[in-house]
Amino acid sequence: MALLEARDLYAGYGGVDILRGTQLFVEADDIVVIVGPNGAGKSTAMKAIFGLVPIRQGTVLYQGEEITGQAPERMVGRGIAYVPQEANVFPSLSVLENLELGAYSLSGSNAERLEKVFAVFPRLKERRRQPAGVMSGGERQMVAMGRALMIEPQLLMLDEPTAGLSPRLIDETFERIRGINALGIGVLMVEQNARQALAIANRGYVLATGENRYQDSGPALLANPEVAAMFLGG
Amino acid sequence: MVELAQLLINGVLLGSILALGAIGATMIFGVLRFAHFAHGDLMAVGAYFALAVVTVLNLPVLVALPIAMLLTAVLAVAIDQVVYRRIRRVQPVILLISSFATALILRSLIQMIWGTSNQVYATGIQMPWRLGPIVLKPDHLLIFAAATALVVLVHLFLTRSRMGKAMRAMSDNMDLALITGIPANRVIMWTWAIGGALAAAAGVFLGMDTRLHPVMGWTLLLPIFAATILGGIGRPYGAILGGLVIGCAMELSTLIIPGSYKPAVAFAIMVVTLIFRPQGIIKGAA
Repeated sequence: MALLEARDLYAGYGGVDILRGTQLFVEADDIVVIVGPNGAGKSTAMKAIFGLVPIRQGTVLYQGEEITGQAPERMVGRGIAYVPQEANVFPSLSVLENLELGAYSLSGSNAERLEKVFAVFPRLKERRRQPAGVMSGGERQMVAMGRALMIEPQLLMLDEPTAGLSPRLIDETFERIRGINALGIGVLMVEQNARQALAIANRGYVLATGENRYQDSGPALLANPEVAAMFLGG
Repeated sequence: MVELAQLLINGVLLGSILALGAIGATMIFGVLRFAHFAHGDLMAVGAYFALAVVTVLNLPVLVALPIAMLLTAVLAVAIDQVVYRRIRRVQPVILLISSFATALILRSLIQMIWGTSNQVYATGIQMPWRLGPIVLKPDHLLIFAAATALVVLVHLFLTRSRMGKAMRAMSDNMDLALITGIPANRVIMWTWAIGGALAAAAGVFLGMDTRLHPVMGWTLLLPIFAATILGGIGRPYGAILGGLVIGCAMELSTLIIPGSYKPAVAFAIMVVTLIFRPQGIIKGAA
């Protein structure tokens, strides 16, 4: 059974469909990457799956159960965590408070969960008293991912986790994502740095105008000359 | 010099009352994004709830205070559930106008139940303390101590409790709070409860300091908004600071202009803040 399956999604804002029959499939320990040109509907697909954009037609299944259009609160309760591209930390709250709020819906002590997150992002432990708003872009991305990891998700959805980062930090972020995936967490992400992202992807989707154009394993997509020419800048 | 000290004492007293009102108004703005025009009248209702407890149960006003706070908290949550909840998803201006209507309803209810004349919690003269030439009523000290205690409690709530942190998070970034799985409705209800309780405390203190009157809260709404804007909209600590500054400025202004212009001083500070530092002292959500 797939961890996540999106079938024939039609979704958009104000009656205009941005997604037109989008399909997605994530296995339990996959890294799945969505690439495609600007305006292809990559972020909209993520938001629709997470219940932030109304789905007009189609279904979203999570571990075999239908979750189409459920409220984000319910998604979090099922173990799906989502990190938006922008404004993904609480700026006036400390790093520690950001992380604690990640686990708001869970009962019990946060100590163990925090240790797990600090194991992935040791820097956050040093900076835990600092307000998230004064941190660098890379550190804020760590806070955002750490916050998502606090619910001990089975599926982590990342919208452009490397946007605006330096090349060194981009490498580091992909390395972290592999590390998170190695913990048995399925990752679904949208990426502009398509080549690097596809290189670590078990499965990749090329989305254009809301439709699946290509789907294959990440390395196979990279090797596909059509995909390279049309979507990866030659 | 003596006059200055006396006015500063009065200013801090008024400032504490304004701060209690402004904390609630700013938190409601932070979480719900609208200026709550019924906040002053919520203060007045709180003051009259305490009056009812004082007159009916014959209890001292300080015992009536927590009861009035609780009742007003319940009332604020009820108003939200009956009136504001249904229109939360529409434009903020509609919420604002509705809160204006709520203000009129609350004031009319006060007039119907308790009448339109001035009332007091306790009759008779309270002997003031004289520290040299400075006059201080025991009530003043009580108000200041109780207001400080409430501010400390709010601080502990916001920084230590899960709900308090969730409230700050919602005020920071509403969309992210929802994505994180923070239950928005519960946070909103707590915001109203705390805002209502603090408004009641402000109303009771105002009633202790002066008298009770159906428009007692409405006339303080402008200085409260001024304190909220000065402190940075959505920032509880800014609201405390803003309240104290506005309170002192209003009292000290009587050195140079007639006392009846006090509200104009608050208004002037508000306008100047909006022109030169619209984000407030502590950068707010403006």
